[in-house]
Amino acid sequence: MKNIDFKKYNWRKIKSSTMTTLSIMSVVIAVIPLFLIFFYTLAQGISSLNVDFFIHMPKPVGETGGGMANALMGTAILIGLGCLFGLPISIFAGIYLAEYGNNPFGQIVRFFTDVLSGVPSIVIGVVAYILVVVPMKQYSALAGGVALGILMIPTATRTTEEMIKLVPQSYREAALAIGIPQWKATLRIILPTALKGIMTGVLLAIARAAGETAPLIFTALGNRFWSTDIGHPMASLTVFIYDYAKAPFEDWNRQAWGAAFVLIVLIFIVNITFRFVTRGRYGDHQN
Amino acid sequence: MAYEMIRGSELSLQKFGWNFLTGTVWDPVADVYGAFPYIFGTVTSSFLAMLLALPLSIGIAIFLSELAPQWIERPVSFMVELLAAIPSIVYGLWGIFVLVPWLRTSVEPFLINHLGDLPFFQGAPYGFGMLAAGIILAIMILPIISSISRDVLRAIPNSLREAALALGATRWEATKIILADGKSGILGAALLGLGRAVGETMAVTMVIGNRAEISASLLDPGHSMASVIANEFAEATTELYSSSLIEIALILFAVTIILNVIARLIVWSITKKFKTT
Repeated sequence: MKNIDFKKYNWRKIKSSTMTTLSIMSVVIAVIPLFLIFFYTLAQGISSLNVDFFIHMPKPVGETGGGMANALMGTAILIGLGCLFGLPISIFAGIYLAEYGNNPFGQIVRFFTDVLSGVPSIVIGVVAYILVVVPMKQYSALAGGVALGILMIPTATRTTEEMIKLVPQSYREAALAIGIPQWKATLRIILPTALKGIMTGVLLAIARAAGETAPLIFTALGNRFWSTDIGHPMASLTVFIYDYAKAPFEDWNRQAWGAAFVLIVLIFIVNITFRFVTRGRYGDHQN
Repeated sequence: MAYEMIRGSELSLQKFGWNFLTGTVWDPVADVYGAFPYIFGTVTSSFLAMLLALPLSIGIAIFLSELAPQWIERPVSFMVELLAAIPSIVYGLWGIFVLVPWLRTSVEPFLINHLGDLPFFQGAPYGFGMLAAGIILAIMILPIISSISRDVLRAIPNSLREAALALGATRWEATKIILADGKSGILGAALLGLGRAVGETMAVTMVIGNRAEISASLLDPGHSMASVIANEFAEATTELYSSSLIEIALILFAVTIILNVIARLIVWSITKKFKTT
């Protein structure tokens, strides 16, 4: 029998375990910032949250205390507007892609939704500015809503499609076999079955929109007062964080952390729910 | 969208033409606008981010697809994906209050003392600057690159791995074979990450320092295309001013669209190739 060249063999083994270690190291390095950011925000955020934060208005510059009630309301309204503009399109597009989209046109639509999700949010803000702010000659919540709506489209469309595709093929066949036209099968059988998944997909899109700042700076602008008028500038949590983080007042910085905390908790809850719902029902479909 | 933006930037397109891209003077008072400092800032910070994030992401992707047992792989991929879900404003906040002071007090003095001869590390340790922007961007694009690379590596059939191992290859040698096949897919993932880095606004605006200067040093404050729009758009007073900013947005739009189209095509073609076989 031929002798094994042990020197070379050992060298290969060493190389292999070095690379394995490096790869594990990179995971560790990558997960560290997540923990740092998450726990730092938790620690800073909880200490600055109190009831005032949720129910009071911002105090005038220089005074301590006060809250972000108007920003919470503003974010809610902006998201509502975003849903109004973005969701109908996305859900119909998602249904189309899942049920009828197996053709070149569907591929093109899918491709462009993917590309749209890569467009920087600030560019979408500029578009909303041109489309809404310029004709209205005023910064307004409406413009912010349009921007958020456009931002929601890619996420909502693709998750709707995925969720509808999860509905077992046999449901469709059974429905068609008893003579229901396809549109009715889609509307009455497939949609209700996929509803839970679609809802969480929508929530995911909302979470994404809630965290957006860039497109709001020059559309909804921000507002230090209570406003529910969608024709006028409106406050939002993210713009508040941006303004407060840059401000030289410690109390404002503290409140920025509080707002960041609210935002992160909201987004994490949605993401974890999404994960749970998609995994629990039809098994792991992703890969 | 593209049409609206071209219409919006018509004024500056006509006035400056191609010089807009190379002009280094950005002076709203004199109504002269040149975008080069911003383009430079975007390119530098994104490049820096790629430099930091790419090796790490590939390491993570290899770990998740080749090495990790399922009970580790699931929570780790989940955490990496959560990293992607944190809004950029929170990264910015963290950048201002944690990363920048840390850079200012410990990292940058160290770099200046030990590597100060290189042009990259000269100047005063502000904390705010290209380096901070690059690091923040790297953290932000890491999840995208690694999760897509993982998907690409996973799509490669198991028989390839088994064949390599059966021939007596070590784990790393087998992984190298997988990587050779997944190369173009990882490239696609990297391009997607680059697209995100180029367009990232808030986190960068908050840590980059916002000064329209071109400097070789990574420690100096800079500016990027997205951050100038965020900073100045609401305050643009003259029509030429805002149309110049819209033109920057147009450039940004075009660049990210191109990056994304190329990247998606690559990722699609590779996952399809392996799915059908």
